This record gives sequence, C-alpha cells and structure tokens, in this order.
Amino acid sequence: MPQMNMLQAINNALDTAMAANERVLCFGEDVGIFGGVFRATSNLQQKYGKARCFNTPLVEQGIVGFANGLAAQGSVPVAEIQFADYIFPAFDQIVNESAKFRYRSGSLFDVGGLTIRAPYGGGIAGGLYHSQSPEAYFAHTPGLKIVVPRNPHQAKGLLLGAIHDPNPTLFFEPKRLYRASVGEVPDEDYRLPLGEAEVIKEGTDITVLGWGAQMEVIEHAVERAEKEGISCEVIDLRTILPWDVETVAKSVLKTGRLVVTHEAPLTGGFAGEIAATIQERCFLYLESPIARVTGMDTPFPLVLEKEHLPNHLKVYEAIRSSVDF
Amino acid sequence: MTTTKSKVVYNPVFTDGAEFRIPTFKLLKQDGSLYKGAKAPELDKDKALRIYRAMVTTRILDERMLAAQRQGRLSFYMQCTGEEAAVIGSTAALDDADMIMAQYREQGALTYRGFSIDEFMNQLFGNELDYGKGRQMPVHYGSRKLNYMTISSPLATQIPQATGYAYGQKLAGEGHCTITYFGEGAASEGDFHAALNMAAVHRVPVIFLCRNNGYAISTPATEQFAADGVAPRAYGYKMDVIRVDGNDILAVHEATKEARKLAVEHNRPVLIETMTYRLAAHSSSDDPSGYRSKDEEAVWREKDPILRMRLWLERKKWWGEDDEKQLQENMRREVLETMKRAQKRPPPALDTLVSDVYDEVPPGLAEQFDKLKAHIRRHPDEYPKTAEQAKGGA
Repeated sequence: MPQMNMLQAINNALDTAMAANERVLCFGEDVGIFGGVFRATSNLQQKYGKARCFNTPLVEQGIVGFANGLAAQGSVPVAEIQFADYIFPAFDQIVNESAKFRYRSGSLFDVGGLTIRAPYGGGIAGGLYHSQSPEAYFAHTPGLKIVVPRNPHQAKGLLLGAIHDPNPTLFFEPKRLYRASVGEVPDEDYRLPLGEAEVIKEGTDITVLGWGAQMEVIEHAVERAEKEGISCEVIDLRTILPWDVETVAKSVLKTGRLVVTHEAPLTGGFAGEIAATIQERCFLYLESPIARVTGMDTPFPLVLEKEHLPNHLKVYEAIRSSVDF
Repeated sequence: MTTTKSKVVYNPVFTDGAEFRIPTFKLLKQDGSLYKGAKAPELDKDKALRIYRAMVTTRILDERMLAAQRQGRLSFYMQCTGEEAAVIGSTAALDDADMIMAQYREQGALTYRGFSIDEFMNQLFGNELDYGKGRQMPVHYGSRKLNYMTISSPLATQIPQATGYAYGQKLAGEGHCTITYFGEGAASEGDFHAALNMAAVHRVPVIFLCRNNGYAISTPATEQFAADGVAPRAYGYKMDVIRVDGNDILAVHEATKEARKLAVEHNRPVLIETMTYRLAAHSSSDDPSGYRSKDEEAVWREKDPILRMRLWLERKKWWGEDDEKQLQENMRREVLETMKRAQKRPPPALDTLVSDVYDEVPPGLAEQFDKLKAHIRRHPDEYPKTAEQAKGGA
C-alpha cells in the first residue's frame, strides 16, 4: 500500500472521484493550474481539463453560491475555501441555502452532491486568520454534515464518503497535519461512513474524545497517562454533525469519565454540546465532571499560540484531574 | 499580469462613465400601436394569447389572494402587479426546459409555464398537497416539472446559484440556460456581484433579469444606487446588457429572446434591466402610503402592461371584449373554487417536521421526534392538527 501524506491522500481522493464520475468538479481560489495554495488539487486541471477543475474569482459567497447551483443541477461540486477562516462570507449560502435546500422544497430540489473543503486549525503560526476552527458555527445548522479527518487514510475515505453522501457536507482538513501526517493509503476507491465515530483504542478508566488534529494531541496525552496506569479509551468523533451519540455514550457508560478536546474556543464550542448530551445519557454513571480542554475564549493569537492551544500537556492534566476527582 | 489594454495618458484623467448611458428598448406604445421604426415582433397568435392569459391570470390571482389575506384566510401574500410583462414576457422567450431561479415576486412565470391554480393554492395554504410540505411562507413556490426552483426568502442568494446551475447546463451540452430574477434592491447584495463576475469569467449561459421596480420595500431606487440604474454594472464585468421598458411585453420578449441566443449559442451571460413599477405594496404586511404618493402610483397605473398588451392584441384582431369577459369570469370563479378546496385540505403530516432535513432522519432527530410525539400524546387537545398522528410510535 502506498505511503501518502494527508495532502496526497486528499488529492488522490479527488482524483478518484473525478475519474469515476465526470460530473465531479473541483474549483475555488487558486485550485486550477497551480493546484491550490496547499496543492490539494495538484494536476487535476491537467488531467481533467479546465472545465472540471478551475480557478474562481476571489469571492467565497460566490464560490458556494455557484456550488449550490451546480449541485441543484445534478453536478457533484467539490468547492475549496482556501482557509476555514475565510468561509464566513459564504455563511449565508451555507447556512440559509445549502442546509435548507431540500427541506424548503419538500425534496423537489436538493444540493446533496455538494462538498465544501476547507483547511482549518492552528499550530502553523497563522495568527487570527489562518488558524480558526469554525465547526461549531455550522454544527448549529440542521441539514449540514460536518466531517474532520485525523490522518491520510481517514482523509481519503471520509472525503470520498462526503462526496458521495447525498447531503451537503463541510469537510474541514487539519492543515497542520497536511504534510506532517503520513501513512498507508489504499489506491482504490473506498468510502468511510459519515455519522460514525471510531473507537481508536479501548480502555476502561476514562474516555478521551476529539477529532482532526486533536487526535494526535490526544495520542501523546494518553501515552503519558497510560504510563501512570490510567487506561484510556480514545474516540475520534470524525463526524461533528450529525454526531454519533451512541458510540460516545456507550464508552462513557463503561469508563464513567469523559474528556473532550477541540481547538476552537471553550464557550459555545462543540464540546459543550457533547458534555450536555452525555451527562443526560450517563448521569448516574459519571465518576467525575465531564472535562473540556479547548482553545481559550480569545481570538486566535500568534506569538502565544502554544499557550492558547489545548496541547497534550493540558489534555493529560485533564485526564489526571478527572481520574483523581 | 495585467488585463488592462487601455491607452496610456500622462496627466491624471478621471472618467465617470457618463459616455456609457444605456438606452431603453421599447416597441409598444400604451395605445397598443408600435413605435415608428420599431422592429415587428416575432410573436405568433398562440404564443401571444398564452402570454396574455398568463398575465391576466396572475393579476386576478393576486387581487383575489390579497383580498383573502385581508379577510384573514391567508397569513401573507405578495403581488406581481405592474410587473407581469417583465416576468412573463421574459419567461415566454425561453424554452420551457430552461431553468428559472426567481426571487419571490415572479408567480407570473409559473402561471405561464402551466402551474395550476390548485398548485398555487396548495402552497399558499400549506396543505398536505403543497410540494414544499407547508414549510415555507406563502408565495414560496417551486416546481420540478416546470423547472422553477423553489423560492428562498434571503435576497440574491439565487443569483450565484443561477450561475452555477447554468455552468452545469453548459457542461451537459443540451442547449439549455438559466434565467434568474431579482429586484434592483437585491442587486446591492454581494451575491449579485459574485454571480455576474463569475458568469462573465466562466462564460456561463445565464440571463440575469433585474426587475427595477422603483422600490425595495420603502427604499426608492434613488437611495439604492447613485448610478444610472443597475445596467451600467454589466460593463464592469464585460457582460452584454440591455435595458428594456419592463411594461412593454413585446420589447421584454424580444430582448430576452436575443439574450437567450447570446447565452446558449455563444456562452455569453446577459444582464437585462427591465424598467417597471411595483404597483402593489411590497407584501401584504406593507403600506406604501408611508413612502410614496398616490399621484406617482397613478402615473404608473396609466402604463399598465396588461392593458397595453390587450390593446395590441385587439389591434391584431386576436382578442375582443367577449374573450376578455370570459377569461376574467372563468379565472375569478376558478380561483375562488380552488381556494375553498385548498383551504379545506388537511395540513402536511406530522412527520414532515423532521423529513428532508437530510436524506434520512438521523438518530438524534428521530429521538427528538419520538419525544415530541410522546408530548403530544400527553396533551392531545393542545395539538388538534397532529394528535391523531402522534398515537403511533415509541
């Protein structure tokens, strides 16, 4: 099986989808001949032509509006927003249009073919506007699916899953891992299911939950906790919306403890939703309060990025406090 | 790389675009005769009568439904009144397989394509037969079979979608295009700019039809933009543009027919600015007396697009007093009868609350729905519409 980094896996997924279906189109700012600022769409224009892989003018609301129209027409658009930080001009098109297209028309029309890709997250010295994790804004919008992969294998399988899913899907890519994360990726077309969390490692004392780049952070934190004899169950949520309550609840019923971690700020972050649901489901089984390890309630900083981010040390401390509660 | 090929000057020269004043295309005078030198319209009798009947039907539907709203039978309504020629004349110039992505005041396009009065009523009353399953406010129609995209309230969102839809049509290569309608107010939204620019860059077969009807609710066009209407913006995108008398059915039809050729045969998007007037209020919730005069309205009432077309038809001997009387009576009767029928129909089923959010109801939502049904079962008298349906389930 070939080794790929996450960008290569994403590029391979797009290539696979475009080869299988001529209605799959990739477009966005700089995605054409240049292959995107991160090179996720490298060689796609050369291979499939300018009509199917192309640059758009610099207008996010236009990119998503255009993509909504294409999807309504029956095409399978994969639109790229260059950074998740710049998705907000398209907020109306995503929240009021993509998400509600099927519902408001009584299923006469839908934009189920739509996938929007956007690199998200910190750790690359990107400051306020090249670091954000906006998943919680969109998680408040029924009708959308939101997916975040943790490694190259997951990235290809989940992206193909998203492209083929009959619902509009936001696919947030952890750009810190674009080149840092390398692993085996099958060459063939395989699709990982949306809406299903994955138990990556079983354990008995505490459940540690995250998604995307945070999974690497969790891995380091758990390594340290396990050395101290704490048995950790690690779950990658993978799909933020609609999220897999069953898998998480089942785990917490077993461990009695939960730490949720994400890069986005604490207040209104998706960890709050998870904590609320899990305490409802598992109230009498909880041994300690559900802990959230997140970015702080500040705009994303630059020089003090390390202090801001929920790193493995902070996650480890949360595991420790939860067990010692 | 610069794309400017302009000549170089050595003193600061500012221009204000005044040299680009865009003319208004007209064919038909208010008395039903053609302007001297006007190109004779290519409109046969059958099509002309199909257009006229759609205009009259739309007017009657609007009058009756506004009255129904005033009687409290309907929650909300919006009229097309005064703009029937701009909407129906343009739709009639298209192929019926072309896509229409409208704003919300374009029910005339649906009437022309054959949306039945029953279909209108089912949506207006949000009953069990409404294609939209009673989810949207009145006038948010949609029809898959008539290629009319379901209306969305947010303004201008349909414009870049039309560009995308038409791009898909271009790739499909079946010779279809998309028309999108919007008001001069919506043209201030960023989505308008995005849509026109992308259409021009990617050579998309789309027609942007602006209904410049003078007002965005209460805000007059003079406070919407400083420029000479919306049309000059097309120059900035290097797009073909035409301004038309929006109350002149023949001019609107002719302009749109030519625009369609540019779009479909040459992949050239076109902006059409129809100059018209919203004779009615913005909606049933609006009262224009607070922002415009009766005198101003009277001037535009004199320019009624339906009367103008009728006079032309009468000159052609294609229409007469009896035809008019019969059409008016038939439509009024049909609207009233249909309204009664639609009003009596039951509401959409309880499970339409949670269907169509996704292709399948996700587990979390299914759980919420079960809780709701259990709640309704505990308080059946409080939920008379759905108590019976809540009986099943967990």
